[in-house]
Amino acid sequence: MNPLKLSTINLYYQQPMRLTQWPYQTFVILLVLFQVVAPKSAQAISKQAINIAYLTQEQPAPVASSNLDPFIKDKGVSGAELGIDDDNTTGEFTGQLFSLKKFMVPLDGNVTDTFNKEISGHFQYVVVNLPAAQLTTVADLPAAKDLLLLDIGTSDDALRNEACRKNVLHLLPSRAMRADALAQYMMKKRWNQWFLVVGPNLEDRLYADAIKRAAKRFGMKIVLEKTWEHTYDARRTVQSDVAVFTQTEDAYDVLVVADEQGQFGEYLDYRTWMPRPVIGTQGLIATSWHKTHEQWGAIQIQHRFLAKAGRWMEEQDAGAYLAVRAVGEAVTRTQKSDLKPVKDYLLSDGFSLNGYTGTPLSFRAWDGQLRQSILLAAPRSLVAVAPIEGFLHPKSELDTLGYDQPESQCHWDK
Amino acid sequence: MKHKVLIGVLTATLATTLLGLARAETVFVTLEKDNALAVVDPAAGTLVKTVPIGQRPRGIALSPDNKQLYIATSDENTIKIVDANSFKILGKLPSGEDPETFALNPAGDKLYVSNEDDSLVTVIDIAKKKVIKKIKVGVEPEGITVSPDNKWLISVSETTNMVHWINTKNNTIEANTLVDPRPRAASFTADSQQLWVTSEMAGTVMILDSQTQQVIKTISFEVSGITNDKIQPVGVVIDKDRNRAYVALGPANRVAVINAKTFEVEKVLLVGQRVWNLAFSPDQKHLYTTNGVSNDISLIDLDTQTVTKSVGVGTYPWGVAIKP
Repeated sequence: MNPLKLSTINLYYQQPMRLTQWPYQTFVILLVLFQVVAPKSAQAISKQAINIAYLTQEQPAPVASSNLDPFIKDKGVSGAELGIDDDNTTGEFTGQLFSLKKFMVPLDGNVTDTFNKEISGHFQYVVVNLPAAQLTTVADLPAAKDLLLLDIGTSDDALRNEACRKNVLHLLPSRAMRADALAQYMMKKRWNQWFLVVGPNLEDRLYADAIKRAAKRFGMKIVLEKTWEHTYDARRTVQSDVAVFTQTEDAYDVLVVADEQGQFGEYLDYRTWMPRPVIGTQGLIATSWHKTHEQWGAIQIQHRFLAKAGRWMEEQDAGAYLAVRAVGEAVTRTQKSDLKPVKDYLLSDGFSLNGYTGTPLSFRAWDGQLRQSILLAAPRSLVAVAPIEGFLHPKSELDTLGYDQPESQCHWDK
Repeated sequence: MKHKVLIGVLTATLATTLLGLARAETVFVTLEKDNALAVVDPAAGTLVKTVPIGQRPRGIALSPDNKQLYIATSDENTIKIVDANSFKILGKLPSGEDPETFALNPAGDKLYVSNEDDSLVTVIDIAKKKVIKKIKVGVEPEGITVSPDNKWLISVSETTNMVHWINTKNNTIEANTLVDPRPRAASFTADSQQLWVTSEMAGTVMILDSQTQQVIKTISFEVSGITNDKIQPVGVVIDKDRNRAYVALGPANRVAVINAKTFEVEKVLLVGQRVWNLAFSPDQKHLYTTNGVSNDISLIDLDTQTVTKSVGVGTYPWGVAIKP
């Protein structure tokens, strides 16, 4: 405190002490107390508070193809919690206090109701782990207009293009980014002839679309495309059926599978007619996080997560961690907690976040997509990290993955 | 004062040794994936031998009397005391979990360890092999160093993006400086006036004033043919006269030469892949770098500022220490 100011207060303090009028004296003492004590105690307790909401809805357990991987109900939550811990360790030194409130809407609950009643008006930052359609519904709510939604649940290219929303940032890589990562590696290996197998679901077709786009971009050839139909019990007849299904006269190098729910893709390897590797949603996968990943300090966060959650970190956990850390980083750097300066900073060139994948992360200003490396992982070994060496870009090699600025159909600034 | 005399004596001893035998130093390199220590003769440019040392060795330092090596064997959760001549294990220090980087104080009787998973700095009394204190710091502490005047212990938190200034007298944090993202290494100038800190994610080196603990200069790098996100500074050393500083640029595979007076980047030298840590020869005429991905070390002649040789040492060379 300014010593000059203090002495002035003392002068005022001494004079009225001689007065006998009680109310006046009390008033001055109070005034002095306020001047001397209040700023100090205010400094001690008034940590800048940043409240982050986490919104998700219970999802039905998918059909299990294997008992090896138990269904994880709460993918994402533990990542967000670890992110808050890390934000607060920083906050201890910078005078900020971060909190996370979780809203888990039950299977038969209504996400919109929860959002309107409990999130709107209380939170500026919302980590959202919902499927694409629900995310869009929430983003379009009037109450969401001036909030920042951090999407950790979708990979849809439409949400990053024609259906983009100005109030949404996407943490997970899009399907296009994943497919491009695979294509770059296939190009390096010169495995140019692809046999594409597509599952029956909408998501599978979207994944296949991304694969086709990547094939075109990187000069790969899809020699054959087939749809896998669930017309029988795959577990019993798969041995003979995959061989028949993949029997073809066409020469191909790899079997690319589009099966996002994992209903049949795991059965392809070692059962094909020709000896060919499987890539795509199974076999060699393209992901933002994997348990085999330990470079660039990743082993540290793998350990910390395992200790906290008692299981391996999943993609959604990594996304939620980065979402919460991104907000934390922006608040620490700007020393502001309001949405406008924080969001501006997140989308600026100055923002860079450590994602444990060797390259600084930032957001693409044109579609809100997190710019990131993609891991190409086999079940027990990390095969490569895209962008693959040699794929060049004038600004950032990370932008060789997915929709670059000139191709983007997202025009949220208009 | 005592200190200066000691340094004087040390320098004199060094000079005599060097007069007798030109560049007789030995380079020790920890090999993270080989669980071993590589011993290199830099004058001959050869790998002399490889000694098994324990699981996942990373940080390495030499005692001021050059008799003992301290080596963090991360997967054994300890720092080993190793005889610098016979490589016999003399003892172990209670480093806490997963030790990676550590620093010795100038007297060589205390050792400070970064415990990344627990956000702690552990202070160890070397003679007693006892933990004196555990200091709570930011998330994932990495770079750690003690100022040559023994006033400051510096701990750098990678995820908190902070430099913690710890008073060595009472082992408490006195100041914190927010720096560029994912700070890695920190080194003081010989006069303890400046602290140089590298930021892996922003691709910068920041120079902090020890008096004010404020950043006085931020240096960025450009390497033609390499995008900025590949420039990830890690190790940094500054020569004793504060003429030049050298910064390992990680996956840019270069060492940057910086004029430490004007802070201009004068040159970049091509070394091995993912250059990580670096160390001067005792006469500061040579610089040795560990290159994590290409499994070698680069030998740099500082008079001509050229890379003279690379020596294959083993898998994942990590830390480097030089014995005169």
